[in-house]
Amino acid sequence: MSGGERKTDLCAMAPAAYGTRIALAHGGGGQLTDELLESSILPHLGNDLLNEMLDSAILPQTPGRLAFTIDGYVVQPLKFPGGDIGRLAVSGTVNDLAVCGARPLGLALSLILAEGLEKKILEEVMASIAATAAEAGVHVVTGDTKVVGRGQADGMYITTAGIGMISGQGPHPRRVKTGDVIILSGSIADHGLAVMLAREMPQMHSALRSDVAPLNKMIETLMKRIATVAFMRDPTRGGLAGAAADLARRTGLHVVLEEEKILVRPETQHAAQMLGLDPLEVANEGKVLIVVPEADAAGALAALGDDPRGVDARVIGRVEARTDGVCELHTRLGGRRILQKPYGEQLPRIC
Amino acid sequence: MSAALSPQESIARLRAAAARLGRHANFMEVCGTHTVSVFRSGLHSLMPDNVTLLSGPGCPVCVTSQGDIDQLVELALRKDVTLCTYGDMIRVTGATGSLEGARGQGADVRVLYSALDAVKIAIAEPRRQVVFAAVGFETTTPATAAAILEADRLFLGNFTALTSHKVIMPAMRALLEGGSSTGKLINVDGFLCPGHVAVILGAAAFRPVVENYGKACVIAGFEPEQIAAAMALLVEMVADGKPVLANAYPQAVSEEGNTVAWGLVQKVFEPCPSYWRGLGVLPDSGLGLRAPYTRYDARIRFELGTPGNREPAGCRCGDVITGRATPAECRLFGNVCTPIRAIGPCMVSSEGTCQAWFKYQRVSKEGKP
Repeated sequence: MSGGERKTDLCAMAPAAYGTRIALAHGGGGQLTDELLESSILPHLGNDLLNEMLDSAILPQTPGRLAFTIDGYVVQPLKFPGGDIGRLAVSGTVNDLAVCGARPLGLALSLILAEGLEKKILEEVMASIAATAAEAGVHVVTGDTKVVGRGQADGMYITTAGIGMISGQGPHPRRVKTGDVIILSGSIADHGLAVMLAREMPQMHSALRSDVAPLNKMIETLMKRIATVAFMRDPTRGGLAGAAADLARRTGLHVVLEEEKILVRPETQHAAQMLGLDPLEVANEGKVLIVVPEADAAGALAALGDDPRGVDARVIGRVEARTDGVCELHTRLGGRRILQKPYGEQLPRIC
Repeated sequence: MSAALSPQESIARLRAAAARLGRHANFMEVCGTHTVSVFRSGLHSLMPDNVTLLSGPGCPVCVTSQGDIDQLVELALRKDVTLCTYGDMIRVTGATGSLEGARGQGADVRVLYSALDAVKIAIAEPRRQVVFAAVGFETTTPATAAAILEADRLFLGNFTALTSHKVIMPAMRALLEGGSSTGKLINVDGFLCPGHVAVILGAAAFRPVVENYGKACVIAGFEPEQIAAAMALLVEMVADGKPVLANAYPQAVSEEGNTVAWGLVQKVFEPCPSYWRGLGVLPDSGLGLRAPYTRYDARIRFELGTPGNREPAGCRCGDVITGRATPAECRLFGNVCTPIRAIGPCMVSSEGTCQAWFKYQRVSKEGKP
């Protein structure tokens, strides 16, 4: 159809009248929803299963146990240095599967869009989801799109569920033993501070970038080479402190971390100081905490080091015999203090 | 003192000096940032048994009276008001609730990093009455002064500040002489003086503490190694019987301070009496708006009157911030009063002494893990 014909065709005018922004009608499940799917979503995410457009995706039979997870993503701003809500929505869910020892089989995506959102932004996020899913080697196999009125949501919310397969035993807190060592795959706090800085101080120029990334391939390599991985956790909200304190609480053992072994990039440290935050409590989206027997530590570090996301991996602590369920930090100064899960909203300093 | 002293060397010197003391010595820091750094770095766990570093009235949230919080909540709940505050204030509870609670009830409460942002909101939203919760010590007051001068330059009719600013020197004097409230005072051998305040006031501001009271004073930065070095210096001064004023943060602190910033404060503010938890009302310890700027005083604009001073029942924050009790000596600490359900401001604030104790060293109540 040429442009001239389009002007005279009243039926064809309807979608065009909605222009470059999302309208309430795009979530109505009617022809406009189909149009949005076909113009802005499927071109990025399309694959054999999704393109069937059934009410459920039918996955092939799998030989192992299934892992199933879901996460909501409400980050602001939608784009931040190092990533965006789309990359986050894939990485977060893929990583939740991977740390349970599961290979991701498929993702389900629920989009809640606010009326008035620019279609261009939606398409950028869909392209980012596609690129990140390709990086992880997984497909979005089913999904849903809803639109809510202007002001009833902040741009865009994404919920991603994931299903994965565990072959073999899989890591679990009860496999953690006294004497095991704790490995962290790289620097801490880059994600949380990159987002906070982008939101609170957008005028600041910083080299700081979010670490958001899917870790499943690195973790698969590790699991293939080291069968004794006892436990893994991605230290997201609550940061390293939250993940380590949780490890101590769940195992009932005493966990010790060495502050000087924990990598904090200078730009991250700087941002933490400006915002009055403790990097140990700030979210990561591309790091994993791993517990292995001491004898396998070197092998685990070598396996992680074969992946670009694990080159900074190092042993940062150990599990001790005391059964107090407490996580303790040996500080750079030579002192000691405990590490706890942060209490709630992180508050900036005022003095 | 060598700037290149390693933390381990500082701690060795601190221990050697402590061994020479032959008695117990108390020191006090009066800055929330010092409180957090001392605990977060584990320095607190490294103190020799006969040296105690107390946390004094240095956390802005902890010294702000319940009455001020009540007035902020009252204003926030007005339909026409946008209440702007630094983040630490939103969880503190007065008699009528907290700003966080008010926000849950629909109040327009916004967390800012800069006082000038409140002026920007007032410009952008002329139909809102924008009230800035002006709290803090000498460090945050220049920003409030700049915001008020900017509002005055634009003759903004919808910007006010609810001022609870305080100055630290009268509180340090009251700790040494006794304030208007009764109760035994602690014997402090010296002060770890706040680097940020000294940047503004200048090192000289602390000299009277040495000259009039014979107490050792070391101005310190906020990195753990800077605090360790300053503590070593303090204990050495006391062990040698030679208390003086030392500036251990010369890269940031000059003798005369930031006269431009303090000039702004003096242009906009004048000393006034102020209520301090644990010390009572101290003359000239607060900062009120001078006559030309009272049109930006939220208490006048909204006819709020003088705030009350009621404290939560059983809470010993007043004793904690004056060094008369440790958090563990408060019967609410750690059971009724925790960071998640805090009773007193010292547990609410991320810079409060009670929260630091609870968060970083709950392993034993004595303060050493």
